[in-house]
Amino acid sequence: MSLKAIHIFFIALSILLALGFGVWSIYHHYVFMGVISLLIGIALVFYGIRFLRKLRHVDMR
Amino acid sequence: MDIPYTATARPDTGVYNAKVGIWLFLASEVMLFGGLFSAYIFLRIGAPAWPGMLGGQLYKTSFDVLNVPIGTFNTMILIASSVTIVMSWASLMMNDFKKYKRYMGLTILCGLAFLVVKAFEYNAKFSHGLFPADGNFLAIYFTLTGLHGLHVVGGIIVNSYFWGPGSKMWKTDPKRFTNRIEVAGLYWHFVDIVWIFLFPTIYLL
Repeated sequence: MSLKAIHIFFIALSILLALGFGVWSIYHHYVFMGVISLLIGIALVFYGIRFLRKLRHVDMR
Repeated sequence: MDIPYTATARPDTGVYNAKVGIWLFLASEVMLFGGLFSAYIFLRIGAPAWPGMLGGQLYKTSFDVLNVPIGTFNTMILIASSVTIVMSWASLMMNDFKKYKRYMGLTILCGLAFLVVKAFEYNAKFSHGLFPADGNFLAIYFTLTGLHGLHVVGGIIVNSYFWGPGSKMWKTDPKRFTNRIEVAGLYWHFVDIVWIFLFPTIYLL
């Protein structure tokens, strides 16, 4: 598995954490931190798509 | 004598040798952290209250003991560092050594920033009289985050070598150097992934 593949896996985990943590934060009344976390989660989705497009020619092995 | 398959893939494994080596090493690391995570689960299952009594005070949730915003900030630093290290590798793939230096430098700075924040966090705990011996929660917290911190230190040392004296290889053997950065990046991502699991487990649950 290449760095490209593990990075995609890591970004997917980070998106889940950011969105999950955003919900957790809002539930526990850390509203500002929750909103920032949700925005980071959305930004990571766009970053992941951009990364995949930019390095599509690189081998995943 | 030259070491074989440092730049090209070995026919039977399909990858260069260093990649096989780093994955074997990371498998052993998974077992190390897996063992400690198991210890955490069993300590927690067996505890009547979690975190429980610490320093003569009863805590009902882990986020009453630990500073969640600081942990969140450190998580963001590590996510940023994973982006910069992958960019440093991608820069080498595109033959841009200057960009590689910039991104690898940023990765090192992110690692150092993580450690500085962690040091402040530890200092805050000690100044409140909370030490590893004061309870199972603090013992496993300091063990897991301390071991993770040592891995960050290891990564910073390796990345600094590749940013500094080790980068001379780019002139003599660029393909092999690019592979070295990929291997360093795989290790760094492992360290980041451990934190992605560690942060919600210890700080939030």
